[in-house]
Amino acid sequence: MTWEEIAPLLWQATGETVHMVAWSTLFTVVFGLPLGVALVAFDKGGLRPAPVLQNALAAIVNVGRSLPFLVLMIALIPFTRLVVGVSIGTTAMIVPLTVGAVPFFARLVEAALREVGRDVVQAAQAMGAGRLTIVGKVLLPEALPGLVAGLTVTVVALIGYSAMAGVIGGGGLGDLAKRYGYERFETGVMLATVVVLIVIVQLIQSLGDFAARRLSHK
Amino acid sequence: MIQACGLRKVYGSTVALDGVGLHVRQGEIFGVLGQSGAGKSTLLRCVNLLERPDAGTVTVDGQELTALGQRELNRARRRIGMVHQHFALLSSRTVAGNVAFPLEVMGVPRAERRRRVAELLELVGLEGRGKDHPRQLSGGQKQRVGIARALAGNPSVLLSDEATSALDPGTTESVLALLRRLNRELGLTILLITHEMNVVKSICDSVAIMARGRIEESGSITELLRTPGSRLAREVFPLPEPRPGQVTVTFAGHAEEPVISQVVRKFDVDVNILGGAVEQLAGGAVGRLRVELAGGGREAALAYLRERGLLVEVAS
Ligand SMILES: Nc1ncnc2c1ncn2[C@@H]1O[C@H](COP(=O)(O)OP(=O)(O)OP(=O)(O)O)[C@@H](O)[C@H]1O
Ligand SMILES: [Mg+2]
Repeated sequence: MTWEEIAPLLWQATGETVHMVAWSTLFTVVFGLPLGVALVAFDKGGLRPAPVLQNALAAIVNVGRSLPFLVLMIALIPFTRLVVGVSIGTTAMIVPLTVGAVPFFARLVEAALREVGRDVVQAAQAMGAGRLTIVGKVLLPEALPGLVAGLTVTVVALIGYSAMAGVIGGGGLGDLAKRYGYERFETGVMLATVVVLIVIVQLIQSLGDFAARRLSHK
Repeated sequence: MIQACGLRKVYGSTVALDGVGLHVRQGEIFGVLGQSGAGKSTLLRCVNLLERPDAGTVTVDGQELTALGQRELNRARRRIGMVHQHFALLSSRTVAGNVAFPLEVMGVPRAERRRRVAELLELVGLEGRGKDHPRQLSGGQKQRVGIARALAGNPSVLLSDEATSALDPGTTESVLALLRRLNRELGLTILLITHEMNVVKSICDSVAIMARGRIEESGSITELLRTPGSRLAREVFPLPEPRPGQVTVTFAGHAEEPVISQVVRKFDVDVNILGGAVEQLAGGAVGRLRVELAGGGREAALAYLRERGLLVEVAS
């Protein structure tokens, strides 16, 4: 294939990957951030100790993280159909991507929040701050560099997972590589997708590192 | 101002507080002195209920904190400032942002906050540093931010957990001087804990000595030093154990009177001075002498010293 033939395919596939990753990142943050906060807040010695609930959440998170993404994606097909109406395609792919990334991101959020010193939390309590204030004005801002670093890792993982979309007709760069590079032995297409993926991942990692560094005042 | 009764706190098999009572008067600087593990931090943290005591009550400024629900407790805590050993500043915020934090918690509007923050920074000698981040400050400056933050809610009481132990001696002195000034100018009652006798000597009006979860003695410093067998006196004036018959004389507020030479002149005694020192304490100069008195006028001389208001202890 010539570059003129590859370029539009590549362009479209990149768009599909960005579509899948952007939306699933958004939903991952929406669900994963509160889940990570809950894992810390409900823990023994946390802001609102509820060990039973905490253990239950931790167990769910562990189950989510121990399933290989491919299995998760297939197992979720009925759920995906329920949520988006269809079970194949780029938009359908956002559901398993989100479900797969939420527990992963929640653990990273948990780790980042645990880095915040007990003494600043207690200082806030001594000033009469309520729990929500402490989460919103102490824990999250203090952990922000760590949260950004965790988000970066999550987005990179999502790009990786999204490459498996081809299995359920999801499109994107992984699918392109599979259909042309693997099934039709088009080495040019394969190489081009590899390059694009590397560039995207590099870009995101550098951006994330830069942001984390700028936000850190330690 | 602060009244604690029968505080008890047990961690597993450690009894951190074993029936502690505390009475801090309005406007005084009260020091809790004790070695590591004595339970000082636990006591302080029980005062604003960062730690719930297993038994006992705490009353601050007439309000029994141990009887309050979480919401009222949070409101009451805004009137109790706290300073921390390792400053506990928010690294995500500027100096001004840190001082503004308690004001935000209290719901003070933005313009009012800005005015108050400027005022507080000036009070602690950090005017113009508002835009800096805590990491750009020295330890002493960080603690000043901590103090400004603790004062933001116009507290009636300031609690300080080893506020100076992370600082070098010179900086310690300037932070202590600041606390003394705030105590005088704002009428602020300060409860501070420390393991340094120096801190007690330089700013405290009253002191409690703690060991193994109990308060061994407590009261105003001059009062304690006048009490026979006082541990405080022994710690402030480290003299060797007296031999039988030796006399220890403690004089508070009489340090400039030449009592010993008067005794020698008036009575038929020989005085042999074995050791002693004069210490400048918050309440004035206090001295302690270890002497041997020999001669026929010995009993009369001792009576004379007692009459002059000195504490006379004769070792047996
Ligand atoms: N959260 C806790 N869990 C278990 N044990 C604790 C806890 N806090 C304090 N202790 C124990 O209680 C005792 C008193 O501790 P505390 O921190 O009050 O001592 P301290 O006088 O402040 O000592 P230091 O001068 O070292 O700060 C110690 O034996 C300590 O190990
Ligand atoms: Mg301590």
